[in-house]
Amino acid sequence: MSQVNDVVIKIATVNGTGSASANGLLMKSIFRMGIPVVGKNYFPSNIQGLPTWYEVRVTGEGHQARADRVDIMVAMNAQTYAKDMAEVAPGGWLIYDSTWPRSRLLSREDINVLGIPLSRLCNEHFSGARARILMKNIAYVGALAALLDIELEVITELLQETFAKKPKLVTSNLEAIRLGYDHAREHFSCPLPMSVKRLDKTRGHVMIDGNTAAGLGCVYAGATVGAWYPITPSTSLMDAYKSFCKQFRMDEEGQRKKFCIVQAEDELAAIGMVLGASWNGARAFTPTSGPGISLMGEFIGFAYYAEVPAVIFDVQRAGPSTGMPTRTQQGDLLSCAYASHGDTRHVLLFPANPEECFHTAIQAFDLADRLQTPVMVLSDLDIGMNDWMCPDFQWDDEYRPDRGKVLTAEQLEGMEKFYRYLDVDGDGIAYRTFPGEHPRGSFFTRGSGHNKYGAYTEDSAEYREVLDRLLIKWETARELVPAPVIEYSKFNKAAVLSVGSCDGAVREALGRLQNRNIGLNYCRVKAFPFPQSVREFIDKHERVYVVEQNRDAQLRSLLILDLEIDPAKLVPVLHYDGMSLNASFVVETLMEKHVKGEAA
Amino acid sequence: MTYIAKPKVTHPKLPRNELGLTVRDYEGAVSTLCAGCGHDSITAALIQAVFELGIQPHMLGKMSGIGCSSKTPAYFVSQSHGFNSVHGRMPSVTTGANAANRDLMYIGVSGDGDSLSIGMGQFAHVIRRNLNMCYLIENNGVYGLTKGQYSASADVGSKARKGPANRQMPIDPVSTAIGLGATYIARSFSGDKQQLVPLIKGALMHKGFALLDIISPCVTFNDHEGSTKSYAHTRQFYHHVIDTDFVPPAQEIVAAYQEGSAMPVELHDGSRIVFRKVDKDYDPTSRAAAFSFLRDSVNAGEIITGLLYIDAETGDMHDLSGSVDEPLAKIPYAELNPGKDALVSVMNRYR
Repeated sequence: MSQVNDVVIKIATVNGTGSASANGLLMKSIFRMGIPVVGKNYFPSNIQGLPTWYEVRVTGEGHQARADRVDIMVAMNAQTYAKDMAEVAPGGWLIYDSTWPRSRLLSREDINVLGIPLSRLCNEHFSGARARILMKNIAYVGALAALLDIELEVITELLQETFAKKPKLVTSNLEAIRLGYDHAREHFSCPLPMSVKRLDKTRGHVMIDGNTAAGLGCVYAGATVGAWYPITPSTSLMDAYKSFCKQFRMDEEGQRKKFCIVQAEDELAAIGMVLGASWNGARAFTPTSGPGISLMGEFIGFAYYAEVPAVIFDVQRAGPSTGMPTRTQQGDLLSCAYASHGDTRHVLLFPANPEECFHTAIQAFDLADRLQTPVMVLSDLDIGMNDWMCPDFQWDDEYRPDRGKVLTAEQLEGMEKFYRYLDVDGDGIAYRTFPGEHPRGSFFTRGSGHNKYGAYTEDSAEYREVLDRLLIKWETARELVPAPVIEYSKFNKAAVLSVGSCDGAVREALGRLQNRNIGLNYCRVKAFPFPQSVREFIDKHERVYVVEQNRDAQLRSLLILDLEIDPAKLVPVLHYDGMSLNASFVVETLMEKHVKGEAA
Repeated sequence: MTYIAKPKVTHPKLPRNELGLTVRDYEGAVSTLCAGCGHDSITAALIQAVFELGIQPHMLGKMSGIGCSSKTPAYFVSQSHGFNSVHGRMPSVTTGANAANRDLMYIGVSGDGDSLSIGMGQFAHVIRRNLNMCYLIENNGVYGLTKGQYSASADVGSKARKGPANRQMPIDPVSTAIGLGATYIARSFSGDKQQLVPLIKGALMHKGFALLDIISPCVTFNDHEGSTKSYAHTRQFYHHVIDTDFVPPAQEIVAAYQEGSAMPVELHDGSRIVFRKVDKDYDPTSRAAAFSFLRDSVNAGEIITGLLYIDAETGDMHDLSGSVDEPLAKIPYAELNPGKDALVSVMNRYR
């Protein structure tokens, strides 16, 4: 029996040995063969020496989630060999470097063990310690190419593109590929019963990570000021913004920058810079992760109350505290929604994949300007740092940033007097001015009690008036934020509601449940506050399973707090071990809860 | 902070600056600080300085954190833009503001608590960036709004109104700024408007980070006998080492200075600062000299004042980062949008 385009390869290596480029080569060559792939990097918070894994899920059906089994394990790390072997699905394969003998105690009868003397082959063929280590990685890609039937032409083409300026490296990499490839062909029956075969399902698609997409989105949104403090897993967002700016944002001579990136002393300063820049009329943003959000709290509250736009990307990682910086989670929903002391609430946007990161970035700037408030984009490590297959991002050159209610010099010229916090239009959003625009546009920005004229106040009625207007604005936000994605299947009274990077696993799970004749409706929220359509969706069902990646059912809490949903109706489905969600977890948990619920 | 607008009293004979504005046009709301507070004198000097420089009010950003000092932006130039931020974080807000619009002029008003305790990190880093701003520390050695706790600038041996004398070493903003690389460093006294006005003017026109540490006695909590930040103590040990004149561009230096005692330093816009040195060997362009002079004065128990150091050469944050001249906030979107075709080529790199 053979299985085509449905295989999971996991590679266990030691971090700092250069395996990332080999793994990228493997994934991309399958993608170039037109076959959808999912690549997941499980890496340590470390620079060199600790175990790291890379998982390639070949999924002809185009699933988005991480795999829930391992068919082929490439066990290159002696430290984790036992664990890696244990993980292989019965009937699967384990490839190891047979240069050195394995412990006899480690064996399994129900899997196939393939030894390839990768180190010996590379040591004989290459000179220099570094080259030998790097080429060993490329050699296992060669072996996998033979075993899985990956087209060598595609690998060659990719190497030629990657090393276009270093032809010598093309040659040596191809030699390494050949070492592994030939050895596998000689010693094993190739291809294995699990293999890949060219499809045409990746045309018009890219493999891109969410941080790169969000950084690109900031450029397209017209952001000119970025302030940040490096923190995993958000760092690559600013790296991307910088590199796209260097490409698209230099002056005519290519010398001077039409952007300013400030690496701040800490997250407290980074958000302060964003507020200063936004106040002054620039589009400004900061990328961070959970610990950064904790530090930014005071300024986020300031921005809410003084009504200064700000765009914050929270690429969530596993908390609490330092937690697991290189593992994923959706654990910052509550701390972002109500960041800072006093009565505050903030607009949150939830992209589910890199393509949405790109568009959500632009939406975030438009909403922040329109609503004059902080807008937080809650991505996570899984979206931010892994390459996802996405349709090409589309751009309409007709797009113009929505700068919201900003008075121009001409408008100010015609006005008797300008007051910063008057609700002229009844939507809770006041008019603002940019400093330096016109003498009549001056106003005082303060986090202390102020009345609708912008003046300091300790008068109860005046203070409340402003606070109550902010609630009107909140309801306006509800109208403006992106609508949820809602999908109905046939006749059922139960539904799944989820958020962000759960999407792939939930969709795959819903498909599998459908095969068992369990049809559940699905709603993926894209923003907080929740639009009315979320309430309507929940109202239509007797029971709603809320699938999210944290321990405390934070999305469920937000639904209860924001929409006053009866808690008994919302059944939590929680995944919070730091690994991204997969379909089996969702299926099993839903089956268990659903059967229990039906019986009750 | 007050919401009481100051009645505008004008007299036809009031002098007008080059914009045709009188000093009254640069006033703010009525101060709510204690009667006799040093901060109000500094506010008056600020008003005088921006009036004399003929700064357009709406081109001025008044930035502050939290504390008595940080309330003062409400008390001057009501037609400008105030940003009263959070405690100790005015430098970051000003950094962002300046990043977005380098055409505005920025005055940051801070205090010893705001800058030297909660805001020490931001104070240090805004200096590193040589942000183009005038940074005032209204230094009284005490927390006023919370009723009289020592601040980090309280001197060893200085007595609080109640309780024992301070025994912890003070943080001196001037020597800290010299060490951190600030490019314009001055100290003055709220009671010396004559010295203060030209120092503020120089600080505003200096392209880079200009620090003014101004001893500003707290009449309510730190003006008693035994306090080293009282009016009496400051007057007694106050030592004018360097006086400065600010000379606008295209104006001749007409005052008569003794040879060796006057030293003009040209600023980026062609204006000059003329140092009138009490000690003719003092070199205000040497960081090492400024530092050792300062250390000797501390040992001698003197409060030395004047413009102690200047470096008019080093570029500000935008020079260091290589920004275009045009304020980033004013660049039209058409110039910022890479466009549809560019996106297609970006996409092709990710296959």
